[in-house]
Amino acid sequence: MHYRRWVVRRLWLGILVIWGAATTSFVALQLLPGNPALVIAGGGNNYPSEATLRAVERTYGFDKSIVTQYLTFLGRLLRGDFGDSYQLHQPVGSILSSQAAASAELAAGGAIIGALVGVAVALATAGRPRAAGAARCLELLAVSTPGFWIGLVLLSLFSFDLHLFPVIGNDGVSSLVLPWITLALPVAGSTSLVMREEMEQALVQPFALTVRARGVSESRLRSRHLLKHTAPPVLTLSSWIVGQLFGGVVVIEQVFARDGLGQTLVAAVEGRDLPVVTGVVVFVAVVFVLVNFVVDGLYLAVDPRLRRQPA
Amino acid sequence: MTLIQESPAVLDPGTTSRLLEVDGLSVRFPAGRGTAPVHAVREVSLTVDSGECLAIVGESGSGKSVTARSLVGLAGDTAQVTASTLEFEGQDLGRLSRTAWRRLRGARIGFVLQDALTSLDPLRRVGDEVGEALLVHRSLRGEGLAKAARDELRAVGIPDPEVRARQYPHELSGGLRQRALIASAIVAGPSLVIADEPTTALDVTVQAQVLDLLAAKKAAGTAVLLISHDIAVVARLADRVAVMYAGLIVEEGPTDEILSRPAHPYTADLLAAVPAFGRSGAAVAAGTRPGGLLAPPSTGPGCPYAGRCALADDRCRSELPPPVPQAAGRSARCWHAGEYALEAATPEDSPARPGVAATRPVLEAREISKRFRSPGGSWRAAVDRVSFTVHAGEALGVVGESGSGKTTTADIVLGMLDPDAGEVRLDDTPWSGVSERERRPRRSRIQIVHQDALSSFDPRYSVEQIIGEALGRTSRRGAAAVRDQIVALLRQVGLDHGDLQRRGASLSGGQRQRVAIARAIAPGPEVLVCDEPVSALDVSVQAQILDLFTRLQRDLGVALLFISHDLGVIHQICDRVLVMKDGAVVESGPVEQLFSTPQHDYTRALISALPGVTPGG
Amino acid sequence: MSTLDITHEPDPGRAASGLLVTGNLRARRPSVVAAALLLALLAVAAVWPSAFASHPNQPDLGAAFRGPSPTHLLGTDQLGRDTFARLVHGTRTSLLIGLGGTALAAAGGALWGLVAALGGRIADEVTMRIADILMAFPSLLLALVVVSVLGPGQENVLLAIGLSLMPIFARIVRIQAKVVASSLYVSSARGLGVSPLRIVVGHVLPNVGPSVLVIATMNVGGAIIAGASLSFLGLGGSASSPDWGSMLAETRGYLQADWWLPVAPGLAITLTVVALSVVGRAMQQRAKGSGR
Repeated sequence: MHYRRWVVRRLWLGILVIWGAATTSFVALQLLPGNPALVIAGGGNNYPSEATLRAVERTYGFDKSIVTQYLTFLGRLLRGDFGDSYQLHQPVGSILSSQAAASAELAAGGAIIGALVGVAVALATAGRPRAAGAARCLELLAVSTPGFWIGLVLLSLFSFDLHLFPVIGNDGVSSLVLPWITLALPVAGSTSLVMREEMEQALVQPFALTVRARGVSESRLRSRHLLKHTAPPVLTLSSWIVGQLFGGVVVIEQVFARDGLGQTLVAAVEGRDLPVVTGVVVFVAVVFVLVNFVVDGLYLAVDPRLRRQPA
Repeated sequence: MTLIQESPAVLDPGTTSRLLEVDGLSVRFPAGRGTAPVHAVREVSLTVDSGECLAIVGESGSGKSVTARSLVGLAGDTAQVTASTLEFEGQDLGRLSRTAWRRLRGARIGFVLQDALTSLDPLRRVGDEVGEALLVHRSLRGEGLAKAARDELRAVGIPDPEVRARQYPHELSGGLRQRALIASAIVAGPSLVIADEPTTALDVTVQAQVLDLLAAKKAAGTAVLLISHDIAVVARLADRVAVMYAGLIVEEGPTDEILSRPAHPYTADLLAAVPAFGRSGAAVAAGTRPGGLLAPPSTGPGCPYAGRCALADDRCRSELPPPVPQAAGRSARCWHAGEYALEAATPEDSPARPGVAATRPVLEAREISKRFRSPGGSWRAAVDRVSFTVHAGEALGVVGESGSGKTTTADIVLGMLDPDAGEVRLDDTPWSGVSERERRPRRSRIQIVHQDALSSFDPRYSVEQIIGEALGRTSRRGAAAVRDQIVALLRQVGLDHGDLQRRGASLSGGQRQRVAIARAIAPGPEVLVCDEPVSALDVSVQAQILDLFTRLQRDLGVALLFISHDLGVIHQICDRVLVMKDGAVVESGPVEQLFSTPQHDYTRALISALPGVTPGG
Repeated sequence: MSTLDITHEPDPGRAASGLLVTGNLRARRPSVVAAALLLALLAVAAVWPSAFASHPNQPDLGAAFRGPSPTHLLGTDQLGRDTFARLVHGTRTSLLIGLGGTALAAAGGALWGLVAALGGRIADEVTMRIADILMAFPSLLLALVVVSVLGPGQENVLLAIGLSLMPIFARIVRIQAKVVASSLYVSSARGLGVSPLRIVVGHVLPNVGPSVLVIATMNVGGAIIAGASLSFLGLGGSASSPDWGSMLAETRGYLQADWWLPVAPGLAITLTVVALSVVGRAMQQRAKGSGR
């Protein structure tokens, strides 16, 4: 009943967001100064002939009207076809699929470590002023320090000085440890900050007094009652964290010279390789929509009061 | 010291035993960040026997809730609790370890707070909440626990416990929710239930059901320590009453005795301030006594009430009276106990109600209706063909419980909401169904005083700006230009120029309501709509604000449309009254007639909920 | 008109006013004071860098990779340039990008949110769906897209950061404006016959404004980090005017030679962002306290 309406509306919004992201990239492509054909033909230094440029324009459909180009673009998108990279002359889809796994590994590991540490710290320090104060200082540092700097410092300390971990590259878990830590720190900090604040707010609400008056122990009060109350704000935070993770992946892949979507994107931006940029944008939008769908579903699962009105 | 006499539900004397004994209980809160140290509870002594109900009565800040909480060891981390005796079931509570406290709470002492919507965990199912004490104290699990929780829900009179146990607190009505909260407190069979304002947020008819439930538990042998500000609630349930003021128990004794013959001047003043049947406007005159009831308690060594007491002398100001035993098992902390008679009040000063003259109608509602869409998608009539007329200078009361449509009626009458059908006329000109542009210049004719005055003030505005806006000066400088006018308005409502620069948040409840009234009368309206304007106030403050309304009605000739859930308040203020239920008017007529010969069952139920009135008239 | 003889009930404001003042002073933690001082110092450095340090681009190849010393407080970099001088001169660019980007986002987002909240249902739906679409871009991705279109450079980085933060402001301002518009005090003003325009000017804007300022303060730190990230990725400013992010990027190749090099600019960013969030939190607490 409510749920079907909710799911339909969510789906509709998701499609709208993905379409909007794709259209934004298309508009960006049109606004791009200079001739894309020139980029494809190897750039201005290659001095391609007029005829070559015409041929490229015909192949890529740049000679058609904007509307035709847009509709072709959307039509291909529906089939999952992002076109070919200007620089690598490969289908964007295969570039993305070959790079996504490495980035996903990095992001998921960082997020999980960060979330676990954050929740543990919040549970241990909420409602204990001294511990909370100390934790808050560390958390502020963690969220205020740029990821690439943490990465650089960790690198020089553990790889160059102590030789504990490989300096760069994509091989195995040992090459992931430092990037994971770098990525996990701000996640842990922000999770713990938000969660503790929420727990401390729940702690002074009347229901906490009622629960205590039932003879419930402090640890049960925390685990069975308060923990659930921290879920809505942590969920809100989690969709923000997904965005932050993406930014983190981009810079960390750069710092640790790892392959992945971030490297691909930065190279594409530097080379104005718009099909690749579009591909990454749409891919990220899809991930974002999926994450938000799950997050919104979890809100309803956690807080029964929200189930009344369909979102 | 305290014998139970004439109490309605005394068990066989052989089985009564001393359950709780408290002597010399003090609770202090040391100075914190930006707060002064507070001595919240001073030298409180009380006893509760099994199967009896002791009520602690007092206004906000009297220390009654802190007393209750310190009896379950939950006065707060910063509280310093001391007592010469603190015994429950022969156990010395002062020496309990944390674990021992936990074994006591919920198992031997149940604790019920007001407003189950916030006092039950909103994210857990009702059944889980009710069963939690059994899980903790009896180690029940699984189906056995679920069944015990359902049984308890049934025992407190909740229909369909199988369904309700799986629901969440917000899905239950206020009355059922409060029962579920009580069930969660008594499920493990405690011998004492402490109920802190258990009925405060509820409608009177629901209130009666919840009190009946507590009375049934009491009859079954459970002792009840009732904390309340509401004399009507106390009169229904309590065998004995302890009146608290400024952290002290100023008077204690059997309920009937205290309510009919108060020995302490504070108790007498408190009772006099309660608007109720049999004591109409003229006698409710707390403000006419020297000092009134409302100044803060005196500091210093003497009686805290000395600053406001008609009988106070030098001894009262220098020496705190001990509890002095009185007749019939009573005691009072007063050097002049029993000397103070209620009749000492001089009614001349209090405002007489203006007579009802047959004057021209200023506000007419003709068959107005309004429907709203409920979350389920169906339509619900919030207001159903309601008609009434307010004449110039008269006071028309509208009484009803939550959901009766009285606030929607107010919104329609104010032109904030257009009715689906029917018409509102102001000064015999159409008022509903016209454009906002047409309505705006005439809005000064009808003004409102809300229940929640603070929310009706822009948090950034000073008192001067709040009232300035009502005089058409929306800027700070504009308001300063009409300062004389603003000060005159403040004087009219009992404030002065010293309050001009204050913000709403720094005012007390009564002061906020005065500012709201000043703003409402500033444009010189003919009709003042008052939507529950005194419901959130302590009874003594309430009495003063009601006086103020009556004076303004007399002095300014403004008509009142007075909305309240409290027939006592309506009785004191109004000439005629409409009784609303489920969006419709079920009964109307002159107030006296309504009280003497109520026609509708619902009216009778409302009247029976008033203090000092026996049901079944 | 008769004056009333009404005595005051307990008066929280008057009785406690003296106490509250000292209470507030005590509540103002030393950390907030320190943070505010640091920010003031940074502001001076941004406006008048030569008050603190000499020229930042003086190469001295003979003095490369020096550690801290009285002549070079924070040592020198791979070209022998004074790290402290570069740090001080980088303040302006980094703060400009952080403050400018946030200011742009706050101004644009506030307007956007107000239109959504007060412009009727259709305007609300359209503007908020646009915000949804933009929010689907992680802010660094949006900034990268903008820079890829406009090209690298400080102005474009500022614009990119502004655009990526704008929907956040729009959403918050919209919700705040809706809360104010449906408040009892706006309803009271309507009841007094105050015109809609005056309600917006007299109630909505003054009550939404402070929270915009608070969110802005909280976001400047993020904007500085984003700007530094873009510089680090090589899309930021030019080499002649150093900023903290590009300083970090330049040190990457010399980590093994001198681990000390990235410490100074990194600490500068961290301290600044911490100071901003400490001040922002204090402002938020105060706004909460005075609101109710």
